[in-house]
Amino acid sequence: MATQNRPLSPHLQVYRLPLTALLSITHRMTGVGLTFGTLLLAWWVTAAAYGQAEYAQVQAFLGSWIGLILLLGFSFALFFHLCNGIRHLFWDFGSYFELHETRRADIFVLIGAAALTAATWVMVL
Amino acid sequence: MTTNTTSLRSALGHARGLGSAKEGTHHWWLQRVTAIALVPLTMWLVASIIALSGFGHEAFVVWFGRPVNATLMILFLGVAFHHAQLGMQVFIEDYVSHHGMRTALNLLVKFACYGLATLSIVSILTIAFGA
Repeated sequence: MATQNRPLSPHLQVYRLPLTALLSITHRMTGVGLTFGTLLLAWWVTAAAYGQAEYAQVQAFLGSWIGLILLLGFSFALFFHLCNGIRHLFWDFGSYFELHETRRADIFVLIGAAALTAATWVMVL
Repeated sequence: MTTNTTSLRSALGHARGLGSAKEGTHHWWLQRVTAIALVPLTMWLVASIIALSGFGHEAFVVWFGRPVNATLMILFLGVAFHHAQLGMQVFIEDYVSHHGMRTALNLLVKFACYGLATLSIVSILTIAFGA
């Protein structure tokens, strides 16, 4: 029957996403994560305005292992979203849409995000 | 008589250029404007956090007590929360199909973003003015 030969759109359960597509959905996920991360930023800034004791509480939480894991995720999400966001701005100009160019940019984004995260933590710790 | 035979759009619709959503590229454009502004602001904030990371409350107050730092931080907070709210709207509109739920989530995100932005900015101003 002709209806069985119709092309299907990529189905997420059987279609292996190419790296560019994985980075695309990661851009959205990091964006949502960073929005929740702003709670931490707002807490930090507000506590500082309330005073020394409140600020020390935030520092104690961020220095705990759960705080450090959150900050590690926060920093990588931030740098990934920053690097991939710059790639999106190039796309907005209509550049770098060719397959080999997107693949090269994928690598740049991943290495850039990892390097910036590593550099930040080397300076902090 | 010169008529456009390739488009079904009315001349008025074409001149306004807003499309069916009646807002044109406003949302898309603001997302880009805030994104471009956030590139240098984010790098400045990361550098500030690295500089403050080893120190306590006193260092925070001294750093954000300086007018240029307070200005950059307030700009970051305003632009970042605006960008977050714009992005979350796209996310919610793409993945939440229930109409009422979509509207409720959009309202919640917008109120939360502007509430947190205002709270954070007032906090920086409190420090900057030394209250």
